[in-house]
Amino acid sequence: MATRSFGAPIPRNEDARLLSGQALFVDDVELPGMLHAAFLRSNVAHARIVSIDASAARSRSGVIAVYTAQDLGEYWSPGPLLVPPPPIQGITFNQRTQVPLAKDKVRHVGEPLAVVIAESRYLAEDALGDIVVDLEQLAVVTDLEKALEDSSARVHDDVRSNVAARVRQQRGNYAAARVRADKIIARRFSYDHGASSPIETRGIVANWDARANQLTVWDTTQAPVFLRNGLAGMLGLSERQVRVIAPFVGGGFGPKIMLFYPEEVVLPWAAQNLNRPVKWIEDRLEHFFATTHERGQTHDAEIVLSRDGKILGIKDVFLHDTGAYNPYGLTVPINSQCTLLGPYVVPNYDSTFTAVFTNKPIVTPYRGAGRQHGVFVIERLLDIAARELGIDPVEIRRRNLIPADAFPYNNEIIYQDFTQLSYDSGNYEPILDKAVELVGYREFVSNEQPRARAEGRHVGIGIACYVEGTGIGPYEGAKVQVQANGKVSVATGIGTQGQGHFTVFAQIAADQIGVDVRNVDVVTGDTDQFYWGAGTFASRGAVVAGNAVNEAAKTVRQKMLRLAAEHFECAEEDLEIGNGEISVVGVPGTSVRIGELALKANPMRGAVRPGTEPGLESTQYFGPPSGATASGVHAMIVEVDPQTFMLRVLKYVVVHDCGTIINPLILAGQIHGGVAQGIGNAFYEQLVFDEQGQLINASLADYLLPSALEVPRMEIAHTVTASPLNPLGIKGAGEAGAIPVGPLFAQAIENALGLAERGVELNEIPLSPNRLFALTAKLR
Amino acid sequence: MASDTHQIAVTVNGTQYQRSVESRLLLSDFLRHDLLLAGTHVGCEHGVCGACTIIFDGTPVRSCLMLAVQGDGHAITTVEGLATDRDHLHPLQQSMRDCHGLQCGYCTPGILMTMKVFLDECPQPTEAQVREALSGNLCRCTGYQHIVDAVMLAAQRTRS
Repeated sequence: MATRSFGAPIPRNEDARLLSGQALFVDDVELPGMLHAAFLRSNVAHARIVSIDASAARSRSGVIAVYTAQDLGEYWSPGPLLVPPPPIQGITFNQRTQVPLAKDKVRHVGEPLAVVIAESRYLAEDALGDIVVDLEQLAVVTDLEKALEDSSARVHDDVRSNVAARVRQQRGNYAAARVRADKIIARRFSYDHGASSPIETRGIVANWDARANQLTVWDTTQAPVFLRNGLAGMLGLSERQVRVIAPFVGGGFGPKIMLFYPEEVVLPWAAQNLNRPVKWIEDRLEHFFATTHERGQTHDAEIVLSRDGKILGIKDVFLHDTGAYNPYGLTVPINSQCTLLGPYVVPNYDSTFTAVFTNKPIVTPYRGAGRQHGVFVIERLLDIAARELGIDPVEIRRRNLIPADAFPYNNEIIYQDFTQLSYDSGNYEPILDKAVELVGYREFVSNEQPRARAEGRHVGIGIACYVEGTGIGPYEGAKVQVQANGKVSVATGIGTQGQGHFTVFAQIAADQIGVDVRNVDVVTGDTDQFYWGAGTFASRGAVVAGNAVNEAAKTVRQKMLRLAAEHFECAEEDLEIGNGEISVVGVPGTSVRIGELALKANPMRGAVRPGTEPGLESTQYFGPPSGATASGVHAMIVEVDPQTFMLRVLKYVVVHDCGTIINPLILAGQIHGGVAQGIGNAFYEQLVFDEQGQLINASLADYLLPSALEVPRMEIAHTVTASPLNPLGIKGAGEAGAIPVGPLFAQAIENALGLAERGVELNEIPLSPNRLFALTAKLR
Repeated sequence: MASDTHQIAVTVNGTQYQRSVESRLLLSDFLRHDLLLAGTHVGCEHGVCGACTIIFDGTPVRSCLMLAVQGDGHAITTVEGLATDRDHLHPLQQSMRDCHGLQCGYCTPGILMTMKVFLDECPQPTEAQVREALSGNLCRCTGYQHIVDAVMLAAQRTRS
């Protein structure tokens, strides 16, 4: 029997191609006669379109076409609502989705007004300057509270007070709990998330092959199957006439799951119209406006506790900036609302949010997808409660953790996957214990910190807990096939942006079929190879597609055993699978290569038994009943310079439980990357809009992504609580690293500078040296 | 427009190319779309992210901040010139694979080119030196830790 690869730290199958510059990304697609598109984008946030005159652009040499909304004719239509609101009673939801090219009105800076298609991108950009646009500027909606006033301008003329949605969810009876409380703490928190900023921006190549009657679209999407189906519908083609390929994609982190971006609608239509391939690659400046963000929420939260620090209830009322349109429904604010409950027993909960339209780019999920916002509120509330009740911050968390025997634990509200927010499994206290131990909490508090303070150094510690709903449905599928060359092919529809799917899916299949991981060839994100499934989001790839691969590989294994038993005229129980062959136990020299069996499974002549399916192949689907809940604790020791407010992370610890681990090397990479993005969010990255809705730091020189100097070395440990919701017992891990970093920074910096004792609480993210300077002004 | 083109002769990965290019053509676009050496990636077009880093006469430079005409008479190495083929990776590439130093792989070519020159000049680096040298290349996936490990491992392997 070959060594089991599931669970081993196996280097990745896809790396050789990526490392040698041979992997195909969208901008690497070169086709004969290819044209290039450039979009004219609004440079103001809110305006009525009086006129667009593209005649000069059309007559420029090298320009093939210029299109505005009018030119799209019947094809022009607002995009679909991707995620309808969950079934929550009394919900308000005003659907307003983005359009391919603005007609009548522009609602955020960067919204496309026209597209130029020319022989080169250089020429297309030249021609943008030829287009004359007359815009009548309107009052701009940027502030969430002002947006809700009757006197505010309206982002959508027919939506009063700019209310995109209002949702209230309750558990227990908060008002009654409040009456019983020993301690009531109310605060305002604001949490601003940023731009996912993958190093590869978005891009599309569309090619209409008139002879084959076939449209091929290369797209940096996280959802190739839905893109194909949607495009077919819009263009009046059958689904088999449209092939979407999401090749190697240079990072996604959420915004690439959004569809249909205006460019995704316009390019295939233009390629068909012009009968020539068309390419558009987003430049970095465009990326800041044309790709979706996550952004701000303002929470007015109140926690009520007993004297011994037990949470009796939480009430939260928050505003959520959804930007100019809301194609992604309520996923982000629902995640905030649900994830606020964390790993804690919160018997009474009353949470209401209002999602607000603003004249800013669209908000859709970005790694964490609103979970950060909720975790920030609960973790900060617990820090304040600990201080006011005189309880250690670790201890107050411990007292409120859901006990290990309480699972499955139902929070009795509705989650983003439309089911009850129920935690499938978990064991939280050992995670907290391990984090406390690894960061050296007791030693730090008792000895290191007093010693450092005596030396005049400002060092502080933070510890934050979180849960993450992962691995949600609906389903994914996989086709597994043993080929005549003895290699195994795995096809899924999920798409991939660097998560290591070429390796982890191979590990799962390799163990079932008894081959080396390197002999499993995974293809994903090509609708000609597999055209069912939803895509990569919500930390679900390994959980949902991984289990589909497992099911399909198990079926292939059964087929192999049946066929080999016939071949050897023995019982299946006497057979052993491994090293690419099947042999009869205890009979040396008796074996058949699986490639040979694959040939036998597809006979050229003769008869097969009734009901025989050809080949060593199987397609299976997996859909979990609900999401699997991962959990973890991060702890950090930080040193802050009290003059400059620059900081240095001295120690960073992650203890994480995502169920059964497929590949610890890849898992560590996911956590490291998540933490790095969390650090950016906590201290370096902020989208700065002025009152006119202009993003004033739209470059990587001004919007600061953390470099190797800002991201510290991390120490990672795991506990394993298998998920009962899937046969492999796995939970998702993609977003975990990013989720609790904000409250950790706030807590540790506050602790390092002794701020809370002096009346300064850090109740907002992102922080920065400048912001800390401003917040501590009253102490100087 | 014809008057605005220039004849250039540039050596890339040991091969000399003679081309006629517009004066405004970026070196990164020239490498990627004229020579079809698409392993050099473009991430920001303003010289911050480092994905487009190539080795220009022995020095790592950002090809998005140079024009193709500046390549005339010079020698360039891109990621395609680092290994002989996929099965025989450069020690730095091999270490990147062994340490899981890449995820989406988009920033990777620029990191390889930057760190190759760094290791040539500083064969026994400390972790702090590696991080300093790496700090001009942005990676959004890995959190850098495995890249740092890979560079340290490559240095160690080259020494032994």
